[in-house]
Amino acid sequence: MAWERMDDFEHVQIVLVGQPNCGKSTLFNEVAGYRSVTSNFPGATVTYTRSHVRILNRTCDVVDLPGTYSLTSLDQAALETQRYLLTQRVDVIVNVVDSSLLSRSLELTLQLLELEIPMVLCLNMIDEAERKGIEIDTEKLSRKLGIPVVKTVASRGRGVRELFWEALKTARSGRKGRHIRGNRDVELVIARLNRFLKQSVGDEIPFSKHLLATKLLESDRFFEKKIREVRPELMDEVLECRRRLAQSHGRASDEIIASERHALSMSIFEEVGVVKESQLYWKDRIDDVLMHNLWGYVFLVVFLFLFFNLVFRVGSFLEQPMVNFFDGITRSIRAELGTGSLLSVIVVGALQGIGGGIAVVLPYLFPFLLGLSILEDVGYLPRVAFLMDVFMHRIGLHGKAVIPAVLGYGCNVPAVMATRIMESPRDRFIASLVATMVPCAARMTIILGLVGYYLGGNAALGVYLLNLIVIALSGTLVSRLLPEVTPGMVLEIPVYQAPRMKITLKKTWLRLKDFIVIAWPLLIVGSGVLGLTEYYELTDGINRFLSPITTLLGLPIQVGMTLVFGVLRKELSMLMLFQALGTNDVLTVLTRGQVLVFTVFIVFYIPCVATMGVLVKQVRKKGMLAIVGFTFVLALLMGVLTRGVASLIW
Amino acid sequence: MFEKKKEWSEMNDQLTLDRVRRDMEVRVVGIQGGWGVRQRLNQMGIHPGDRVLVRRSGVMGGPLLIRIHGTEVALGRGMARKVLVERI
Repeated sequence: MAWERMDDFEHVQIVLVGQPNCGKSTLFNEVAGYRSVTSNFPGATVTYTRSHVRILNRTCDVVDLPGTYSLTSLDQAALETQRYLLTQRVDVIVNVVDSSLLSRSLELTLQLLELEIPMVLCLNMIDEAERKGIEIDTEKLSRKLGIPVVKTVASRGRGVRELFWEALKTARSGRKGRHIRGNRDVELVIARLNRFLKQSVGDEIPFSKHLLATKLLESDRFFEKKIREVRPELMDEVLECRRRLAQSHGRASDEIIASERHALSMSIFEEVGVVKESQLYWKDRIDDVLMHNLWGYVFLVVFLFLFFNLVFRVGSFLEQPMVNFFDGITRSIRAELGTGSLLSVIVVGALQGIGGGIAVVLPYLFPFLLGLSILEDVGYLPRVAFLMDVFMHRIGLHGKAVIPAVLGYGCNVPAVMATRIMESPRDRFIASLVATMVPCAARMTIILGLVGYYLGGNAALGVYLLNLIVIALSGTLVSRLLPEVTPGMVLEIPVYQAPRMKITLKKTWLRLKDFIVIAWPLLIVGSGVLGLTEYYELTDGINRFLSPITTLLGLPIQVGMTLVFGVLRKELSMLMLFQALGTNDVLTVLTRGQVLVFTVFIVFYIPCVATMGVLVKQVRKKGMLAIVGFTFVLALLMGVLTRGVASLIW
Repeated sequence: MFEKKKEWSEMNDQLTLDRVRRDMEVRVVGIQGGWGVRQRLNQMGIHPGDRVLVRRSGVMGGPLLIRIHGTEVALGRGMARKVLVERI
């Protein structure tokens, strides 16, 4: 495997694999930051990120795979990692490990070694390990595994150059690690199945038969399906091997393999690591308060309150001058091109799309995502999941579902993507429904801009509370309709970390890019289309078509058009409301009750196009249509109810 | 039947993890669950023979916070019920 081989290809493929929270993405961002174009590829279910990086004057592709605890196909992240490693070209694996958790992390390392792909072990967060009193003999570990081992502190950039240099060398030499052998009778069964598979399957399944054998003994569904597809008759031998193992150890074969790997990892760790006195006590003390049965909840409410308050303050501070700026440009374009011409209509429409994104959405989205990244980097979100587990069980989910819901307050698109952390399809569906019902930053601008502005802050808060209650009720209802015992929460609670500004900002930027790449083009096109419908006087027809809804809600007929655009972009509903009513002072045309009805309807009503797009990926078309139908009916119901209540008050 | 079972488990000094009090350390004896449950717990480093420290136990059937191999893991109550442990 000399350079010639690699010169055949365009770039050396370096793939980062590791367990969640091992600092893998930090490492990725560190190298991707040198001189690179990062791009996000939302895969069918999970995102992985690829970046071109130049190392030693050679362009490499560095791929960041989702964090996974093992190669067993338990969740989508593991499946995606598996699929990538088994089907894509991988010149070298960089196995990133949280050094302070070496013994557990080695379980994944052992599985990766079975892939028989050149590999480098990256002992990341080595400073954290030292603080925990763990010392690791890298040379011994390297000899033991037969692969290079490099110590890094990715968050400070320490050791990163050496790591990638080593990775490149390993890719060049094609040096593979050793098979670590354990208990003799277990190894014998694996070897037997391995030999059998090599003879009978050959190149039909083009990857390591050793891994295949181990995974088949572990009753892994993904690999079993592979065998059943290619050569179903081979399953007899697999079952026979499983039976033998189970018989000799008196436990299920998957348990035996897992225990075996666990014992091996522990013994390797004991050989290469020394554990001394830990210096981390004060970090544990924080959780005595923040995860306390009472104070934990008090602090949660305080944090959320401060967080949203800050986002709102920063957002509204930035929004006004920017809106004025874009209004100024719009006026001068109208003056230049005239109000009636087709060109002016399109240009102004597109400009409103751009302006809506920059002036209305970004001022709220940026501080929100920044704050969220900080909370995430500090490690608070898993604590929220811990605290909320009790409540999430009431709506048929478990604590982890809180994370996509919280993300939803920023933008529903990443929120729906985040539902992949849920284990079962049913949980993903309910979590997606919940996430799309959470009012995103765009809907926040409507709640604050209409209800907040015309009816006061308490009314806006009321809309948020109403939304929470309805979400809880809907979740309960849907989980009753789809009865299935949720698997329950198993979630690692990482040690608190001080956020590193550079990394936090980069993460915020990557999230913001989701909005810019997916949602913004739609906003711009949508606004242009709106301009055109007006130009060609299609508005009346659409309004008439939607009149059953507007009549039911007791709203003026002109409002109909705005609902259509609410599907493209939520905040457009409000901007268009001003335009449709021909005034910026809504109360001259609408009653207070009507303002409230309109807002409630928009808050609950169907997800925007971008969200629908990710929903299709996450819960399939059927799930997406179910969510759209559900939220539409719900919005009508809530609208009518609000109308009734409002008529009693005003 | 139930009485008998209880006696048996007390005789062996075994109980399920969800019934372990705060700040108590126990040893895992087995995992009473299907393939998925076993794998998920194994991934977090929970295997028979391992020592587990219960750090907190949430109110109203809330989750447990356990320490295992130097990591903290939140376990839903239902999950904890599937882990059979013994006193050390």
